[in-house]
Amino acid sequence: MADTHQGETRRDFLYVATTTVGAIGAACVAWPFIDQMNPAADVLALATIEFDTATVAEGMAVTVKWRGKPVFVRHRTAAEIEQAKAVPLADLPDPQADAARALKPEVLVLVGVCTHLGCVPLGQKPADPKGDYGGWFCPCHGSHYDISGRIRKGPAPRNLEVPTYEYVSDTVVRIG
Amino acid sequence: MIARIKTLAAATLVAVTLAGPALAAGEVAIEAQDWSFGGIFGTFDRGELQRGLQVYQNVCATCHGLKHVAYRNLGDLGYTDDEVKVIAAEKQTTDGPNDEGEMFERAALPSDRFVSPFPNDAAARAANGGAYPPDLSLIVDARAGGADYIYGLLTGYKEPPAGVTVPDGMYYNTGFGGHQIAMPPPLFPDGVTYGDGTSATIAQQARDVSAFLAWASEPNLEQRKRAGVMTILFLLVFTGLLYATKRKIWAAVH
Amino acid sequence: MAAKFENPIVRWIDHRLPIFSFMHHELHEYPTPKNLNYWWNFGSLAGIALVIMLVSGITLAMHYTPHVDYAFDSVERIMRDVNYGWLIRYVHMNGASFFFIVVYIHIFRGLYYGSYKAPRELLWMLGVVIMLLMMATAFMGYVLPWGQMSFWGATVITNLFSAIPVVGESIVTWLWGGFSVDNPTLNRFFALHYLLPFVIVGVVVLHLVALHRFGSNNPLGVDVKSAKDQIPFHPYYTVKDAFGLGVFLIAFSAFVFFAPNFMGHPDNYIPADPLVTPAHIVPEWYFLPFYAILRAIPDKLGGVLFMFGSIAVLFVLPWLDRSPVRSGQFRPVFKIFFWILVVDVVALTYLGGKPAEGWYVIASRFATAYYFLHFLVILPLLSIFETPRQLPKSISEPVIGGGAGFAGAAAARRENVR
Repeated sequence: MADTHQGETRRDFLYVATTTVGAIGAACVAWPFIDQMNPAADVLALATIEFDTATVAEGMAVTVKWRGKPVFVRHRTAAEIEQAKAVPLADLPDPQADAARALKPEVLVLVGVCTHLGCVPLGQKPADPKGDYGGWFCPCHGSHYDISGRIRKGPAPRNLEVPTYEYVSDTVVRIG
Repeated sequence: MIARIKTLAAATLVAVTLAGPALAAGEVAIEAQDWSFGGIFGTFDRGELQRGLQVYQNVCATCHGLKHVAYRNLGDLGYTDDEVKVIAAEKQTTDGPNDEGEMFERAALPSDRFVSPFPNDAAARAANGGAYPPDLSLIVDARAGGADYIYGLLTGYKEPPAGVTVPDGMYYNTGFGGHQIAMPPPLFPDGVTYGDGTSATIAQQARDVSAFLAWASEPNLEQRKRAGVMTILFLLVFTGLLYATKRKIWAAVH
Repeated sequence: MAAKFENPIVRWIDHRLPIFSFMHHELHEYPTPKNLNYWWNFGSLAGIALVIMLVSGITLAMHYTPHVDYAFDSVERIMRDVNYGWLIRYVHMNGASFFFIVVYIHIFRGLYYGSYKAPRELLWMLGVVIMLLMMATAFMGYVLPWGQMSFWGATVITNLFSAIPVVGESIVTWLWGGFSVDNPTLNRFFALHYLLPFVIVGVVVLHLVALHRFGSNNPLGVDVKSAKDQIPFHPYYTVKDAFGLGVFLIAFSAFVFFAPNFMGHPDNYIPADPLVTPAHIVPEWYFLPFYAILRAIPDKLGGVLFMFGSIAVLFVLPWLDRSPVRSGQFRPVFKIFFWILVVDVVALTYLGGKPAEGWYVIASRFATAYYFLHFLVILPLLSIFETPRQLPKSISEPVIGGGAGFAGAAAARRENVR
């Protein structure tokens, strides 16, 4: 098409205008087909869950499902909290203060997915092995997490992730 | 010229044919109503939808489910997130199994779909003398005449004319095929007390719930029509440009 | 006129895989008659419709579940929760109707202008194959939403195969994968519905190869004699097809956005119930003429044979109509019978949507009989007895000598139209 016109401005304008409008149209048509792969409304509706931490007795832990993943909610005893606070940061492969990992120190909310290769660590049930540091133990490759969910020993590179959450009442947390 | 007339005649015949199959209702004369959501630029009237929700919850929900609508969709009606949470929590829904392997009841969340009055179709039939009260999520799309038909049915309960006997358990209704329906008249004057103070006549309730059910059948109606207007305007411009381009390029041949 | 590409990367690729030379040849060098009218737009529109169906269908398949307990709900999820799901679903639903509209017009163009005649017989037959594949695809696709019409339409049509003597019942059981239309049926229909469109693409490629062998027919039905009769496909027909596409999209959008359920049936918004039969089982409108023929014959097997026969006559059409004159423009008697056929097919479409009662029955039988009469009796007789009008010498030079090229040919055409 480039060789049918020789600088005739009005004809050029028409072709440019048509092509440009066509390109805009093509983009508008393409967008819905791309956007349909984004999370649908029902998936987004489950992106946030609420959980009443009052249902977790002291010393016990509960697992809730959030965005398809397990979330550990652990009600720590006073002794456990002291123990977590007392760990020197230099001892930690991934240094992080316990205060930075829980909005209220009695309740830990962590994503229960090992930061090594994605297994679910044990330690939620009373009979579960909790590893050498009283927190969680991942049976897949032997990562040990402490009572703040921080990696202490083993191949995992980072602490158990703390999801975005907030207290919407004294005891109810909204995760996500 | 004659070819063009013949083409037009053929096109008309085709159009008439296409109009045919959709009207299977037969003997029910459906009166066309004015709906705010009708026409190319139609939109829903949120006040009407909220009143319709009230009618559905207080009258229809006893027997009819709305299982394709989620409580979170009620945000479309103008309710805030907190109001939606309250509306949802009024109902109990089944969840589970829990760690003991048992199903349990809990308050519904916005992410849940409307709780149906019966656990399944068979239970619905058993509770209604063998007649199944259909789920209303798609009722406006599932009936020829749509919202007009629903309105006509709800306002169609009349005394049977002389000589017509209606068996026990059935009711005479001019808006239902065969004129005999198993559903007892659901609407009564002031059967519902509207939150916005509107007078709850039968016609008003019928109108409001029909509009609500039209929304329930197609919550994306407004988005569809808006997109349609923009698309057709765009295409008119684009096709015009293409026609001009075509004429320009073909000028050499003609 | 071979292409010379400046870009060294293009040259490198083209030397090893001559895709650019191929495109250049097919677009710039491929000669097209210069007198094609707008009835020639419908081939490219059919190709576009196929692409629309493929894209919308594949994206729908990302969200659809082909199981009887989940199918209906998954479609509703697409309509309500998937981003733009409502749009993609309505595009796919109405796209099927528009695909058939476009293809039916394309076929009737071929019938009128004699595009099925030598040397384009195989091109025509490949086209009929495409139409059959489209019908199979559309039939199975309509079952997938698992509404009342989905289920009962599938039941009625698959039951037809029991009419085959001896092996009929076994074939039906084999088709169903069980003793009635149920989950095995739905699952396999989904697999095949996903597969067949790609088979259609393959046959379309063959259809285009056959087309390019001799080039397009034209409204005069007269062979291209010299370069004066032709123009390059690009830019002339690319821009004309683009304009036609714009008009098509306006009509398509009007339905998708403002009457998306007009061509459908409300009963398909009711979940399938094997215990409740709808008052009137009707297929989608594009099957109605065949449905009318099926029901017109009182015998079950006869109905099936005549229904498939109505397509079989199209296959052998090049040998039924042996008139050496291609275009209806120069066949005044054929032209009249062509339009009567159009009326007959429209009548069959109308009657297919009516219950098989009363005067509809006799009318369907009459319209069916006339359909076969047209192809099996009228066309062969016309080839023998019709006196055609005098053909122009070529596309550029009309019968009336002299005259400036195309305008002269147009004058000749106006002469022949009363």
